[in-house]
Amino acid sequence: MNDTAQIFDQGEYNFAYLDEQTKRMIRRAILKGIAIPGYQVPFASREMPMPYGWGTGGVQVTASILGKDDCLKMIDQGSDDTTNAVSIRGFFEKTAGVRTTYETSEATVIQTRHRIPEKGLREDQVLVFQVPIPEPLRFLEPRETETRKMHALEDYGLMHVKLYEDIAKNGHIATTYAYPVKVNDRYVMDPSPTPKFDNPKIDQMPALQLYGAGREKRIYAIPPYTKVKSLDFDDYPFEVQKFDKPCGLCGAENVYLDEVILDDQGGRMYVCSDSDHCEERRANGHLGPMAADPAATHFAGGASEETVQ
Amino acid sequence: MNVFQPEAPLLQVHNVTRYYGDRIGCLDVSFDLWPGEVLAIVGESGSGKTTLLNCLSTRLAPTAGAIEYRMRDGAMRNLYQLTEAERRLLMRTDWGFVHQNAADGLRMNVSAGANVGERLMAVGDRHYGNIRSTADDWLGRVEIESDRIDDDPRSFSGGMRQRLQIARNLVTRPRLVFMDEPTGGLDVSVQARLLDLLRRLVADLGLSVVIVTHDLAVARLLSHRIMVMRHGNVIEAGLTDQVLDDPREPYTQLLVSSILQV
Ligand SMILES: Nc1ncnc2c1ncn2[C@@H]1O[C@H](COP(=O)(O)OP(=O)(O)OP(=O)(O)O)[C@@H](O)[C@H]1O
Ligand SMILES: [Mg+2]
Ligand SMILES: [Zn+2]
Repeated sequence: MNDTAQIFDQGEYNFAYLDEQTKRMIRRAILKGIAIPGYQVPFASREMPMPYGWGTGGVQVTASILGKDDCLKMIDQGSDDTTNAVSIRGFFEKTAGVRTTYETSEATVIQTRHRIPEKGLREDQVLVFQVPIPEPLRFLEPRETETRKMHALEDYGLMHVKLYEDIAKNGHIATTYAYPVKVNDRYVMDPSPTPKFDNPKIDQMPALQLYGAGREKRIYAIPPYTKVKSLDFDDYPFEVQKFDKPCGLCGAENVYLDEVILDDQGGRMYVCSDSDHCEERRANGHLGPMAADPAATHFAGGASEETVQ
Repeated sequence: MNVFQPEAPLLQVHNVTRYYGDRIGCLDVSFDLWPGEVLAIVGESGSGKTTLLNCLSTRLAPTAGAIEYRMRDGAMRNLYQLTEAERRLLMRTDWGFVHQNAADGLRMNVSAGANVGERLMAVGDRHYGNIRSTADDWLGRVEIESDRIDDDPRSFSGGMRQRLQIARNLVTRPRLVFMDEPTGGLDVSVQARLLDLLRRLVADLGLSVVIVTHDLAVARLLSHRIMVMRHGNVIEAGLTDQVLDDPREPYTQLLVSSILQV
């Protein structure tokens, strides 16, 4: 990766913006994270030319692993064309000159804010998460010294206190995002802020997963094919959200759906939150129950128009 | 083993001293605590009661001295040589600690049920239904109505909070409970009810207790033995009735007479 630095180190930026020394520091943190799956490695997070909350942790991780031959995909809420995804993709197009794509299968590095692609990832892909709050114990124990000790001692009873409260107040485990998991039978980790629908995907995933929290200065990782278990009770086992209808546009079932308002008369439909997945299915001739609806086609057309680069 | 003592001591305290800089917290304290025994530590404000209690309960490392505890497997262990993991396990299974201020001993932002169930979850209980019914049972034992199980302790009165704190500690059936002024700051009638409850639970469960109080009436009601502290030293110790009815030390006589005048 070092030669890339010379090639691109011609203007005001080093390749992928960060200087090589910073990248080495971040790569060391990443390697440590891979060696201790689920463990939060502190790192000297740098100022990035974007505000915290815009995924500066993920951006620094991506910048540190990106090579000139990589192909980058950016996901926000499942879609590639929201402001956050567009601006981070633009950032890397400008500072690294790498190829970018909307297609999951074409990407070698995928940075995401919320969703994991519906399509299974491969060993030659890396998934980078932008994490706002890396500490799963924070909710009940605000003291950092104490949470560190709890991780060191594998003292995780508090996580179940949180789940207990959930059931007591809602009748079921109501946590739907940032649902805590235990990685490799050791560290409890927050896959924040993905929906719990995606938790099964991070178990035994062939791709490397890297998590970066910029403001909190933490990096953690899940190596390929690692056991990741969602916490639960024996009598309230972990379950993912179920959608009772298929995607309105492509008819996909067992995928994560977003509700879309079609008009001001209460017209609505449910569509794949993974827009690439949906488009690919439609291109392959799959049609959902709303596919012929004019408002829906307008929505779908509008969405795909924006994807034309 | 001594034939006159069918059991061995639960806790052995050897010359425990704690300084705060140059200031004495407690000085050269030694005693044994026996299974099922309730020991009261009394003395005026600043005499070193809390310092000693915190040393005993591994919350404050002594400057000198040693404290040994008989683990559930019968082995005598030096408390300050336990690993952090062993110490934590001990504190949340075999021990309890009841704070004067219930908020220090409770999680104020989770329900009463979760407060009681926390220890169970910490030691690996993973069945929600069982945790909840055990919590419900313990709330009943401390006279908190079942329908308050999902309320958080912020909505509880001072007396209820204290009873909840006690249930939270007793749910794992500890053998030793430390208490620092458990009835302090409560109304007299609320105090009486709490004392009554404590006395019953201690007897039912055969608990060993070290209780700090400056209230001799509390010591009289709950404890078998008493230690009187002054300026960090234990100046008199013995069976509670003996010490309170027939104090030897002039200072203890003063303490006893002042309570009688109240
Ligand atoms: N953290 C501390 N730093 C310095 N000195 C302390 C500290 N805690 C206690 N002391 C001192 O140690 C002595 C014993 O205090 P301790 O709190 O043990 O007394 P106590 O008998 O519990 O009093 P009270 O009845 O008021 O609670 C006092 O002189 C006190 O000022
Ligand atoms: Mg005190
Ligand atoms: Zn779809």
